Amino acid sequence: MKIIVCIKQVPDAKDVRLDPKTNTLAREGVQSIMNPYDQHAVEEAVRLKELLGGEVTVLSMGPPQAEEVLRQAISCGADHAVLVSDRAFAGADTWATSYTLAKAVNVIGAFDLLLCGKQAIDGDTAQVGPGLAMRLQIPYVTCVQKVRQATDSGLVLERMMDDGYDVLALDYPALLTMVKDINEPRVPSLKGKMRAKKLEIRKLTAADIGADPACIGLPGSPTQVVKVFPPEARCQRAVFTGSLDEQIGQLVDSLQPYL
Amino acid sequence: MDYFLSEEQEMIVEIARQITDERIIPQRAELDEKDEFPRAILGEMARADLFGVPIPEEYGGFGGGCLDIVLALEQLGRGCIGVGTAFAASSLGIYPILIAGSQEMREKYLPDVASGKKFAAFGLTEANAGSDASGIQTTAVLDGDEWVLNGTKQWITNGGEAQIYTVVAITDRSKGARGASMLVVEEGDPGFSCGPKEKKMGIRASSTTELIFKDCRIPKDRLIGRKGTGFITVMKTLDSSRPGIAALGLGLAQGALDEAASYAKQRVQFGKPIMAFQAVQHMLADMAIQLEAARALVYGAARHIDAHPNNMSKVSSMCKVFATDMAMKVATDAVQVMGGYGYMREYPVEKMMRDAKILQIYEGTNQIQRNVVGQELNKEYTRA
Repeated sequence: MKIIVCIKQVPDAKDVRLDPKTNTLAREGVQSIMNPYDQHAVEEAVRLKELLGGEVTVLSMGPPQAEEVLRQAISCGADHAVLVSDRAFAGADTWATSYTLAKAVNVIGAFDLLLCGKQAIDGDTAQVGPGLAMRLQIPYVTCVQKVRQATDSGLVLERMMDDGYDVLALDYPALLTMVKDINEPRVPSLKGKMRAKKLEIRKLTAADIGADPACIGLPGSPTQVVKVFPPEARCQRAVFTGSLDEQIGQLVDSLQPYL
Repeated sequence: MDYFLSEEQEMIVEIARQITDERIIPQRAELDEKDEFPRAILGEMARADLFGVPIPEEYGGFGGGCLDIVLALEQLGRGCIGVGTAFAASSLGIYPILIAGSQEMREKYLPDVASGKKFAAFGLTEANAGSDASGIQTTAVLDGDEWVLNGTKQWITNGGEAQIYTVVAITDRSKGARGASMLVVEEGDPGFSCGPKEKKMGIRASSTTELIFKDCRIPKDRLIGRKGTGFITVMKTLDSSRPGIAALGLGLAQGALDEAASYAKQRVQFGKPIMAFQAVQHMLADMAIQLEAARALVYGAARHIDAHPNNMSKVSSMCKVFATDMAMKVATDAVQVMGGYGYMREYPVEKMMRDAKILQIYEGTNQIQRNVVGQELNKEYTRA
């Protein structure tokens, strides 16, 4: 079983600010972490490897310091790491990113499964996973909350829905995106950390993956961020006080107009 | 303070810290409340290779020294010394095999403990043999190709949870201290059982039971080292393990200081955070000073032990006494700084104060440790 996991280095959400002029994230001085959803994707890949054998390759597009999250994935059980890094990739939106990752996947070679987090916590688009699957012409399932059954010939999955979940069976190759419910990511192991420290990370540039310069980075990105704003609070909050009976009375009264 | 740890040691600290922050701290109150053995957390530690730290590489471990295990236990102790004790007791249980076991015995038992597949426990204490180990009543008599054990061990950490027990038994009563031997008993051996879990003041996540031997028959090759070397192995085992208990004290004190200092920053009385009052500041300062002094001693002792494994008794006892007395004091002062809130179970320092007490008692009481230091001094000054 050959599994590729796409991971992204993102600013720690605990620490995030917007640049009021450019409407983009102010990344300076902000701690970087592996996108939390991607941590679940790495964990699931390692579990599938432990179950079925094979190897896990982690892939990231980003600046040179994105190596850190690749090493973190190695310390948690991934086997190989590939960093796609080039100044020409700067400013990529999800369209250009999925193009770039697809090109990189083709260089890495044959795979059975491609795993991604549901979305990255910086852009929150959830588009790169499905975009990548479309470019590679493989089936995909988003928001996977559970792998019910995994064999060498295929998977049975649960896909999280607003009103419950779907159960789906699919063959390889395929792309899955993971929600956080799927597992609890492990703590890195000592042997993993020592391996991660020494491991040579394969680095690929735009030329290495044969990317068309018009399709990558800012020139290849049709998206423009026009405005970024915090969503307006949609609901009113109220705190009821008094005895339990009084509180229930107040709750019923406040709901009355909507009934 | 910078203690100039190696890169590998920093890795051990990072892993143990992550397990402590993400797994132990969120669960410690519940484990304490329910007297619950932390199997899932220990499983996570096993997966992270922590059980392999003190075990040589040829048996699947990391081949770490005293300082390596101290660093891991210090972090775990910051979260919960009940969990830390369960972890440490497994190392304690295999030290006799590491110290005196044959090649076959090491190959048989160490890899499973290194991987965390099996836990170990160490059985010395009995109803009439605690500080005075010569009072041991448990006997092992050779009958053909089998040892037959009879007797009861008391207050054994990891009792009922471990699969491998290293126990001390008298094999020749007439020879006194030279008549004791160590043997390996496995879970499921005929005639071996564990008593119910004891109800304790603290470290309630750890399991403490009796080990009961009633005509317990085990193969002849379960003898650790030579017959009659049991006490020497016990002493060497405890010399090696005591800095680990000191490390749990460092961790507990750090956790208590962290709680007390953050509380003092946000608790407002007389219009100011209580941190602004000198009475509170001085208490916190004393806690921090004592903690750092203890840390320097424990790390120094651990480095000494790693460099001079044949001359460790005195420093091992010194660091155990100092760090655990410090932990008791710092935990008590943390409760004092937090006042009524500190006394409530809702806040973690209440548990820390209950937990801290055992550190001064187990693995040799602090009075016994002072005996060791005193006797070593006596020897040194006789020579001079």
